[in-house]
Amino acid sequence: MQAARPFSPRPYLAAFRARFQLMLQYRTAALMGFATQCWWGAIRIMVFAAFYGVNAAAAPISLADAVTYVWLGQALLALLPWIADPEIGQAVRTGGVGYDRLRPLDAYGYWYARTLGWMLARAVPRAALMLLAAGIVLPLLGLGDWAWRPPSGLEAALLFVPAFVLMTALGVAVMMLANIVVAASLNERGVNAVLTPLVVVFSGSLLPLDFYPDALRPYLHLQPFAGLVDIPFRIYFADLKGAAALQGLALQAGWTLVLVALGRLAMERMMRRLEMQGG
Amino acid sequence: MPQIIVEALAKTYRVAERAPGLAGALRGLVRRRWREVHALAGVSFSLEAGELLAFIGPNGAGKSTTVKILSGILRPTSGRVEVDGLVPWEDRVRHVARIGVVFGQRSQLWWDLPVIDGFDLLADIYRVEPAHYRRRRDELVAMLRLEPLLDQPVRQLSLGQRMRAEFAAALLHDPSILFLDEPTIGLDAPSKLAVREFVRRLNREQGVTVLLTTHDMHDVEALAERVIVIGHGRVLTDAPFEVLRAGVFTERRLYVDFAGPPPDLEMEGVAVRARGERSLELAFDPAKIPTPKLIAAIAAKHAVEDVHVDEPPIEEVIARFYELHDAREA
Amino acid sequence: MNALALYGRYVATSLRAQAQYPAATLMLTAGHFAATAIEFLGVFALFNRFGAVGGWSLGEAALFYALVNIMFAIADLLTRGFDVFGTDFVRTGAFDRILLRPRSTVLQLIGHEVRLSRLGRLLQAFAVLVLATSLVPIAWDAATVAIAVWAVAGGVALFAGLLVLQATLAFWTVESLEIMNVLTYGGVQAAQYPLNIYAAWFRKVLTFGVPLACVAYYPVVAILKRPDPLGAPDWLLPLTPLAGFAFLALALLAWRAGMARYSSTGS
Repeated sequence: MQAARPFSPRPYLAAFRARFQLMLQYRTAALMGFATQCWWGAIRIMVFAAFYGVNAAAAPISLADAVTYVWLGQALLALLPWIADPEIGQAVRTGGVGYDRLRPLDAYGYWYARTLGWMLARAVPRAALMLLAAGIVLPLLGLGDWAWRPPSGLEAALLFVPAFVLMTALGVAVMMLANIVVAASLNERGVNAVLTPLVVVFSGSLLPLDFYPDALRPYLHLQPFAGLVDIPFRIYFADLKGAAALQGLALQAGWTLVLVALGRLAMERMMRRLEMQGG
Repeated sequence: MPQIIVEALAKTYRVAERAPGLAGALRGLVRRRWREVHALAGVSFSLEAGELLAFIGPNGAGKSTTVKILSGILRPTSGRVEVDGLVPWEDRVRHVARIGVVFGQRSQLWWDLPVIDGFDLLADIYRVEPAHYRRRRDELVAMLRLEPLLDQPVRQLSLGQRMRAEFAAALLHDPSILFLDEPTIGLDAPSKLAVREFVRRLNREQGVTVLLTTHDMHDVEALAERVIVIGHGRVLTDAPFEVLRAGVFTERRLYVDFAGPPPDLEMEGVAVRARGERSLELAFDPAKIPTPKLIAAIAAKHAVEDVHVDEPPIEEVIARFYELHDAREA
Repeated sequence: MNALALYGRYVATSLRAQAQYPAATLMLTAGHFAATAIEFLGVFALFNRFGAVGGWSLGEAALFYALVNIMFAIADLLTRGFDVFGTDFVRTGAFDRILLRPRSTVLQLIGHEVRLSRLGRLLQAFAVLVLATSLVPIAWDAATVAIAVWAVAGGVALFAGLLVLQATLAFWTVESLEIMNVLTYGGVQAAQYPLNIYAAWFRKVLTFGVPLACVAYYPVVAILKRPDPLGAPDWLLPLTPLAGFAFLALALLAWRAGMARYSSTGS
């Protein structure tokens, strides 16, 4: 296989930076994406408000928390792995996947860094803008009831940091699996067709998981996608606290490790298959 | 009455500036800067029906802009254009029905469709009468030897094959004018020859007016009597090619093959342009040293195997012309 | 060949190309079905947990949901060329080729591609329609069917108009087009619930700004044969889809302005 090389982070950092910079150039896209998401958030909140207005007692979390959940979701939407990295799809179409074998790098790590750069570049500007709009401007306009509230207490704030890191790591791990399937099957659209509904529903992006019928609750809380949205957000407004929060973090971490391990295995097998086929 | 009239054509663009690097990218999020680009700064010429004109110039000179304006896609900043009595950008539908356009390396045919299906669809789009279409199509297929390609999807064709199909596609509706924008770019030698031969026949036998832009000087040599050189958005010369050449170089080239390594030649009025293992390329002015005298002088002193006289290579003529007019790449 | 016949040719060509890959087309359709059906999952979950909202039961809400999805799905099928206009035509310069053909640009763009997979949304909408019919129950007679078809027509015109506007934006910048999703997909998101559940200011936007209410709310109220909870007179309800057509007409005017700009600035 490959000769052992001293590990250097430079190529991975370079990949991250290159992608990050490229995405920043699309400034109008960032602004427009932000405006779109404001709207999405607003519609979701209006729907919640209508239902809460009828029968608030039936809800598993308060309206204020539901509102915060929605804004958090919009702010961090770019971190949700609802499609495979489009650059991989592009590489598949142009036949460039094989080139990665020629680089003296760990392929999984390289792709991971690239995808992470892509996700964060899209997330950071929008999250910052969303924080400004939903977190600061709304309360200033007297619409504090519909605002993105800060974490509920010090414990929640502190626990949210690892939850956020883990949700990002998990998101990239999920996307990596999708990327590998796309590269191996050469079928980007097919992979996205399966991935999107799965992730949107089971992460809690469509609705917080507790809104689904109660009978499903135990299963919904344990599956891997819960760590993408539902768990970290509920930690944020202390719906998950103390031991339950730590369990949530453990679930996120556990699934991340599992998916990364699976991903590395799948990557190795795919690369080996490419070698045998001659790329 | 000329078929194509261009008068004082001018076109100016505004282009956004982007600073490099991460800092520049972030700054670009906040403020943008613009600069003006004068693509065309007063171009005038006219073309009679049945003429073949080559449009040459360095990159960024304004060739493609002129073709786009003439085909009606682009509106000029000022100036007058008339093609067959119509103003191209004002009468788009009527105008484009009468012209054919071929862009080098870009095909107008549908990527996934077999060539023949693409032709049929074009016939419907251009409202070509069915019997007339079939005749024209068969004629073009024969001229361009497309028979074996007709059932293949366009994406499976090589570039040379695609360009041949492209020519047919552009002519199915019998336009009287053909605009060719770098038609031989990227083609292999046999394909280039085929394209040139086809265009020549089209122009000479069928009287199609052709305006051709190109970087390939052999296209010019093979096809054009009349050449317009564009530089920095202006016409630098509008003349038969021989006149252009004479204005740039009065010299000729003598190619000599020697029996052994070429000698160090020191002769007045003779410059060594290139040296091979057993050959020399010499530049000289036949007005100062007549050709037979030069050959005799060299053969008298050295063992000469072969000689060959020619004009300077056409690329050199053009490059020198650009230099003289300070028209290098914009 | 006249415009309608040419459109038929374009559609036939597009369908034939997709028929070459039946498995992929089927899979994409199933995928689109799933991606759109999860929205109804959300509607259902909320009704299941909270009970009725805005005075409508789940079955009645399902009718609102179904019709707006039907009209969007049809518009989606028609306007692919406009949807990808920025990336596939302006950015690549392929629009030049469209301009070089002696046909209306609108005709060429609606003929550009008809994606069978978008039937996925249409199918799930019909499924929900069947559900609504059985839950309410809805008695489909000549009058209600007529209103439904008329509403869908107006809705198709409205969404098509939005997509034409989106493509028109591409003449100015190829990068800001995501914003229109606010109105197209966002419109579906908003109108999949009966619009009277929203606050007054939002309802006004959806009636007089982007007249979604005129195609996706008032006609449906008429079909359900209920008096409008917002108090609009009964005779007005079936006329409202006209607004969708007016919107499309305005969008096409903007399109022409955009084309004039393109011919000045080039690609």
